[in-house]
Amino acid sequence: MTVHDTATAHHDDHHEHPSWLAHHFDDAEQQFDSGKLGMWLFLVTEVLFFSGMFCAYALYRNRNPEVFEFCSQFLNEKLGAINTGVLLFSSLTMAWAVRASQLKQTKILIGMLGATLGCAAIFLGVKAVEYSHKWGLGLLPGKFYRSQLENPVHVDNNYLYNLCIVPMVMLIACALYYVYALVTASKFHLRVAGPMVVAAACFFGGVGLGNYLESGEGHSEHASSGHHGSSEHGHAEHADGAHDSAGHGTEEPAKAKLSLVSVDNSPIHDVLVTPAESVTPQSNVNQSAMAGLFFGIYYCMTGVHAVHILGGMLVITWLIVKASREEFHSEYFGPVDNVGLYWHLVDFIWIYLFPLLYLIT
Amino acid sequence: MSAPSTHADHAHGNGNEHGHGHSGFSHPMPIWMLLSVFFALLVLTVATVYQSTFDLGNMEIWLSLTIATIKAGLVIAFFMHLVWDKPLNAIIILGSLIFVALFLGFTMMDAEGYRDNLIMTSTLEQSQPGATVVEVSK
Amino acid sequence: MSVVTSPVTMPDKSQDLGKEDNYLTHTSGFLSWALTLDHKRIGLMYLAGVLTAFTAGGILALMIRLHLWNPNIDKSQAWLTNQQYNQVFTLHGAIMVFLFIIPSVPAALGNFLLPIMLGTKDVAFPRLNLGSFYLWICGAIFFLFSLFATGLDTGWTFYTPYSIESQGPVVAATMGVFVLGFSSIFTGLNFIVTINTMRPPGMTWFRMPLFLWATYSTSIIQVLATPVLGITVLLLAAERILGIGIFDPKLNGDPVTFQHFFWFYSHPAVYIMILPAMGIISELMSVHSHKGIFGYRMIAYSSVAIALFGFLVWGHHMFTSGMADVTTIVFSALTFTVSIPSAIKVFNWIGTMYQGTVVLNTPMLYALAFIFLFTIGGLTGLFLGALSTDMHLHDTYFVVAHFHYVMMGGTLVAFLGGLFHWWPKMTGKMFNDFAGIVSAAIVFVGFNLTFLPQFVLGTRGMPRRYASYVEEFQQLHQLSTIGAMMLGCGLLVAGLTLLHSLFYGKKAPMNPWGGATLEWECQTPPPHDNFSSPPTVGDPYDFSGIEYDPKSGGYIKKKK
Ligand code: HEM
Ligand SMILES: [Cu+2]
Repeated sequence: MTVHDTATAHHDDHHEHPSWLAHHFDDAEQQFDSGKLGMWLFLVTEVLFFSGMFCAYALYRNRNPEVFEFCSQFLNEKLGAINTGVLLFSSLTMAWAVRASQLKQTKILIGMLGATLGCAAIFLGVKAVEYSHKWGLGLLPGKFYRSQLENPVHVDNNYLYNLCIVPMVMLIACALYYVYALVTASKFHLRVAGPMVVAAACFFGGVGLGNYLESGEGHSEHASSGHHGSSEHGHAEHADGAHDSAGHGTEEPAKAKLSLVSVDNSPIHDVLVTPAESVTPQSNVNQSAMAGLFFGIYYCMTGVHAVHILGGMLVITWLIVKASREEFHSEYFGPVDNVGLYWHLVDFIWIYLFPLLYLIT
Repeated sequence: MSAPSTHADHAHGNGNEHGHGHSGFSHPMPIWMLLSVFFALLVLTVATVYQSTFDLGNMEIWLSLTIATIKAGLVIAFFMHLVWDKPLNAIIILGSLIFVALFLGFTMMDAEGYRDNLIMTSTLEQSQPGATVVEVSK
Repeated sequence: MSVVTSPVTMPDKSQDLGKEDNYLTHTSGFLSWALTLDHKRIGLMYLAGVLTAFTAGGILALMIRLHLWNPNIDKSQAWLTNQQYNQVFTLHGAIMVFLFIIPSVPAALGNFLLPIMLGTKDVAFPRLNLGSFYLWICGAIFFLFSLFATGLDTGWTFYTPYSIESQGPVVAATMGVFVLGFSSIFTGLNFIVTINTMRPPGMTWFRMPLFLWATYSTSIIQVLATPVLGITVLLLAAERILGIGIFDPKLNGDPVTFQHFFWFYSHPAVYIMILPAMGIISELMSVHSHKGIFGYRMIAYSSVAIALFGFLVWGHHMFTSGMADVTTIVFSALTFTVSIPSAIKVFNWIGTMYQGTVVLNTPMLYALAFIFLFTIGGLTGLFLGALSTDMHLHDTYFVVAHFHYVMMGGTLVAFLGGLFHWWPKMTGKMFNDFAGIVSAAIVFVGFNLTFLPQFVLGTRGMPRRYASYVEEFQQLHQLSTIGAMMLGCGLLVAGLTLLHSLFYGKKAPMNPWGGATLEWECQTPPPHDNFSSPPTVGDPYDFSGIEYDPKSGGYIKKKK
């Protein structure tokens, strides 16, 4: 029995309700506890929501491990690792923001929230590079998957530009807002606009970072490693065609004798997989009914996760506005705390997504 | 977990838990703790990337899941303040994992069970017209 | 057991003056409703919404039954084409499940009652509460769209692979389900937090009315199960738009998995439907028997048990879907265990009436009908849960009859009982009890006439969701159609009775039935803030000090 008679503790003191205390609550603590319990329950729904996709993942990985191994090589684990770091850092700044709100350190609070927002933007920037790169290669979900067995797939760099349109508009809008804040010299607007401009710019930082890493740190390496220079180990093996996936027992699948050859020098590379024995049914993972399924799961998981990041950015912006009005103090920091909880959950999910998707060997 | 008083104690008795002279229900986390959790998380991330360079066979997934779970545990316990939170909240979030386990467990168990009856479609690019459809019964 | 007739209510002149301010008159204007944060107004708006949905779903149901009167006449004269028939039963099912039953008791009655029964001013998150309502509206709009876009023909279960290929507006419908799911989640979340953190002094867990225990358990399911439905329909939408392949056998996806996902939600969801109804019955039984509830703790615990065990049995919907043999056996065995808590409740309700002073008024008659119908529904569930019989009965009219007995005979009847019971509190008007009794009688007879024949049809092999049937089945089908018309009339009488009361009803006293829970200590209709000072909380089922007061036409609490 979990009995929390918190209401009893403070019920009878009918003091004045300050503006931040909703009328139906008796005191600040009851309001805080309610908000927090509500947030945890919401996180429960999030956990179960994601569990559906984890279930699909587990099911199909268990059924066709070779597909997951084959496809995972198309995910650039450097980008994944960088994004993991970025999200972890944003979790740090978010936790720090909670602390700052409790101690009424407004400047630190805004700074930390701004940093969190910026990290979120970097994350999305990197993700944009990853996505556009894969789209260009035809690494699409399900029935749209284009087999990597064919001739060099046509690279369409426009994907990345298209993905950048909205952030660009946002950046311009934020910049205009910042100018407005400068002109009116309003302390409040400056406090809000600053972090927003930085965050919007961070997206492009993320794109730059992603592009740099995706292109394999300069052009010397990928000629030998072949597959978009992502990781030093696995792809070299592919290149000399000697990779054996000793990992999974009897049925020797799929990955055997694939060679990945880079065909051009554009920052975003093509992958050409030369089939050796891939016509035999068991090894035929490189097709929409196999690899396409993996990418279906991949896009669903990372896509839904990215949507959560976007949602988080919205609420963090809202917090920045509130923080700029200096609304938080040791009796009223529930919103920061609760958004923090949400943000950590988004991080939490990524902590699992990263090894499950990127690090399959 | 029968503790009507837990909360009140927590809020008022242990208000100074982190040494920040604060009353009420706010518990600012000390900076050193924030930073050390963060570095621990980074180290574990490096570890998980590093372990993926070895070929560990079937162990690999379990190892990386274990590391991920430790990381997730750190995030939940410290960044999300669960260790200082009311026990109810901890029960709620951990309890939800039971239901996730149920969901995954039964579904996976069933899928394993009927696996042998499956007919896998294994074709080259079905989307292309004229492709031959080969059905392989596993 | 002594049976007395319902007390005649007298109009009360003395209360007409003064005390005018109640939640209905507190403020006025459209926006004062559309933007209200008052849980009572939100509850009323929900009530209007779900009743509208029910009417729409009901009309579709009558269309189904009319079509089945004689579907084998030559094509040109047939009432509906086969294609239309598929669409009609799909929309009927989807509207009834997602727009009516799931929000009916918790969101409409629950919203109104929960804070008052608990003795608080409002739910924990009033804005979220209003948000839930608008999400409901939004989901309803999606459904309306699929109604007019025509062609949704997947059944309310959206099974793949058909739902991937169907020409109908599946994406719109799944989005509707998604949004409605969140509406339901937020309601549940709100209620859990309210009950956990906002109980006034003296309101311990075991002083809560059983309706609140039931709502609490329901909310647990809503929070735990509904997100899985959310991701399921989202993946289905992605399947249709992006062809991700997870549920599509053409892409090596696994349609059985879809069913796992779907039923992981939808079996617990049947408890979302029935638990609050059981809560209503606990209140009605005790109040109208004027006797404390028998086995309070057992009922309370069994609600929570149902909520949790309900997560263990979803596989019983899939026995014939290609599940592995082991799993079918496990799920079948588990199915039997969940029926135990339901049975406990039925025994306790009957125990409550024993030696009570049972008043056979409208709410009580509905409650009695519930017990009868729910028992049949629950017991036939056991036949379906048994592997060997389900092999024959699956996807026949037996299943149709089973779930109508529990959902309509159970939840709907309890909802009506509850509506009559709390109507005076909500509107301040008494209804004509005689008319109410007539409606209960017609509904009861009509219901059985509609669905008993369907059990027989099912055992004889009539498959569900078919637009036509072989000659032998015609008589039973026609019997069922007659019953459905009768049922429709009964519901019409019930509706008219309530409508009539709004205009011509006598003013309701504070406590017309002699209940001991807090809502009866609150003004009728309740004031904006429910309680100006925290109410004194006593035993919700202690009727000892409550006596009939002929002057006001209601009951009053005698000071001890
Ligand atoms: C008392 C315990 C219950 C048991 C043992 C039980 C068992 C079952 C079983 C085994 C089936 C699957 C039949 C088949 O498709 O072959 C079924 C179907 C169904 N049950 Fe129950 N049930 C119970 C209570 C309820 C309640 C309380 C409700 C709702 C309020 C409900 C609603 C449904 C619905 C809607 C279906 C059909 C779903 C569909 O295929 O469209 N059941 N039940
Ligand atoms: Cu079921």
